[in-house]
Amino acid sequence: MEVLLEYLKKERDKEWRVELRDKLKARDRTKLERLHMPEQAPEERIKNFNEVNLGLTEEQAVHEARRCVDCPRPTCITGCPVGINIPKFIKKIEAGEFLDAAKVLKETNALPAVCGRVCPQEIQCEQVCFYPQKLKKPAVAIGNLERFAADYELKSSSISVPEITSYNGIKVASIGSGPAGLAFAGDMAKMGYDVTVFEALHEIGGVLKYGIPEFRLPNEIVDVEINILKKMGVKFIHNFIVGKTATIDQLRKEGFTAFLIGSGAGLPNFMNIPGENAIGIYSSNEYLTRVNLMKAANPEYDTPIVSGKKVAVIGGGNTAMDAVRTAKRLGAEKAMIIYRRSIEEMPARIEEIKHAQEEGIEFLNLHNPVEYLADDQGKINKMKVQRMELGEPDESGRRRPIPIEGSEYLIDVDTVVVSVGVSPNPLIPQSMKELKVSLWGTITIDKETMQSSIPDIFAGGDIVRGGATVILAMGDGRRAAAAMDRYIKEKVRNIISLIKEFKTIGEILEFASK
Amino acid sequence: MNKIVEKEFFSDSVVKLVIEAPYIAQSRKAGHFVIVRTGQKGERIPLTIAEADLEKGTITIIIQKVGVSSIKLCNMEVGDYITDVVGPLGRPTHIEKVGTVLASGGGVGIAPLLPIVEAMKKAGNKIITVLAARRKDLIILEEQIRKYSDEVIIMTDDGSYGKKGLVTDGMEEIIKREKINQVITVGPAIMMKYVALLTKKNKIPTLASLNTIMVDGTGMCGACRISVGGKTRFVCVDGPEFDAHQVDFDEMLLRLNFYRDKEEKAYDNFLNKYRKAL
Repeated sequence: MEVLLEYLKKERDKEWRVELRDKLKARDRTKLERLHMPEQAPEERIKNFNEVNLGLTEEQAVHEARRCVDCPRPTCITGCPVGINIPKFIKKIEAGEFLDAAKVLKETNALPAVCGRVCPQEIQCEQVCFYPQKLKKPAVAIGNLERFAADYELKSSSISVPEITSYNGIKVASIGSGPAGLAFAGDMAKMGYDVTVFEALHEIGGVLKYGIPEFRLPNEIVDVEINILKKMGVKFIHNFIVGKTATIDQLRKEGFTAFLIGSGAGLPNFMNIPGENAIGIYSSNEYLTRVNLMKAANPEYDTPIVSGKKVAVIGGGNTAMDAVRTAKRLGAEKAMIIYRRSIEEMPARIEEIKHAQEEGIEFLNLHNPVEYLADDQGKINKMKVQRMELGEPDESGRRRPIPIEGSEYLIDVDTVVVSVGVSPNPLIPQSMKELKVSLWGTITIDKETMQSSIPDIFAGGDIVRGGATVILAMGDGRRAAAAMDRYIKEKVRNIISLIKEFKTIGEILEFASK
Repeated sequence: MNKIVEKEFFSDSVVKLVIEAPYIAQSRKAGHFVIVRTGQKGERIPLTIAEADLEKGTITIIIQKVGVSSIKLCNMEVGDYITDVVGPLGRPTHIEKVGTVLASGGGVGIAPLLPIVEAMKKAGNKIITVLAARRKDLIILEEQIRKYSDEVIIMTDDGSYGKKGLVTDGMEEIIKREKINQVITVGPAIMMKYVALLTKKNKIPTLASLNTIMVDGTGMCGACRISVGGKTRFVCVDGPEFDAHQVDFDEMLLRLNFYRDKEEKAYDNFLNKYRKAL
């Protein structure tokens, strides 16, 4: 921590930063208003899958960057799971050096254009920003600025590829190519490792590709960031399910020294209520995968999807918002969120809820489905919902929803998307009996090092957390990379000291053959 | 990308493809399947692994033309590359010596039945196999099945080969004749439903290998879910084999028709395009 503070101070004391600070008094900076992110108009965007947020212009970005007072002890960084040097990149923007700003981001973040779009900044860096903390004013739009700098670089012809310290040829693997795996791969490649990423699907990117819709995170953006990793030497293997296609033991024999498991929270939860297997009821995973990964909404693609007219999405998380807004774009006349608590308890980002409301999504809060009814073809046509009221707070701190007896009524629906959470994918734990898992099936790890019960196996992201965010998964990937580096170096040191103790070459050869 | 090294037509509508997939060839066991995607715009479809050759690093899949995706796959030639092949998926068949096994396969269901019959035979069981199809040319892999069966009975709907009748007719005869310890059935859902009814009546433990709609095949989407003993199970990770007496086949039959309208439309569009191209 001391080292970090010293480093930040040294950076802050650099001439260009001092000059920039002197250009505008802090008091004048705080008078500037936070800029609103330009977006597609709701009536337009519900007809397409293009991004809703359009990004800041150069002028807007510089204006927003001026708001940052460049605090001597920046609190914003403490709110960032991957420890971005936030004041430095913002000041680079203010100085008009947009490409340099992107470079700062990439020092600690393998996917800045992704994070600038999907991170919940309002509960991370922006929450602990000087503005809301001390002035009770809207935070500096750190997320919007991150996106601006990252996009500026992507659009420029000079995308920087992070420098790689001496290549060491040690083979390490990531199992899964989602945010945890990509962040891990970026850091390990930078440190000189020979990194291979194994992906079960035919596309690289995990939840960034199959889960998050185009209107929030275009696949193209994800691909540009993946291409940078490729340029850094990271190898990607598609259609390879570790634990099925080959076991970890086989991969060890192929020379892999250590592994990160970032296989995500694969299994969709259902509510186990009557009629839930009727035709027209999807998990949000399936619904979004069909549209995002398989492009089912495009008639040129072979994968089908039912584009319902009356769609109910069950749940109140970001995934539920993604699903209901997707349904709207697929032509739903009525697209509803059905959520058992009130809007205050919704886990979705405020921005997503707001966007959904603007797009005409109906919110049936304090409602819970209890049964689905189908026609003689097995197709859903009605659902029975029950009204709820809020009781005492539960272990999550949110008020517990309590059913109101006798309040059930029927709603006409032709499509339902169940978005009530996910459980960890059991494929890898099943293939390794000695790997410790919790009662919920998440991999048990040391929280500091991300190391599992098997020393050469580390884990991060939703397979550890059960269902969290892109940025937390990326933070896990980075921590795992740092710890794995220490683990491997320690192992190498041990081997060297062992070899030193041998008296004859014969002993060394005997050791090597083991 | 996986190269096709061999292709054989079993009939106009049933094709065997041998494809390079060394890892899968090594890891696969009886009961496993793969997910295949043809072309960058293709959909992901599950197909059971019929055979594998460890030395050549190949697996064999058998496809029946039923819609756009299966036709695209059947139209591929030796030397072509299949865009994506991933697996082996699912849980392998539980193989043990139980005594006498009555295996029943219908249509292309005979393909996934083959590795199960082979493994069961090698485990020391007596194997009686009933193969059934609408007509003679749809009875596939007879020679290979015979290799691992003590007795093979062929049933066709039209009597063009073997005996005339349904798979259950052939099975019933055997069940009346001798003690059966275990039944294994693979075929169309409707066939397995009636096999399950027959063996339930006769109190014979029965495994059915199910083939449902899937997307990822790794438990992620839940498209393949069915009810087994009143509980929702995923065919891709909990199956594909289940206790046939517990499976809700009626629900499964409905769910198989999830996209029937769309599939028919896609099929017509595809044929129109295809005709124009010719």
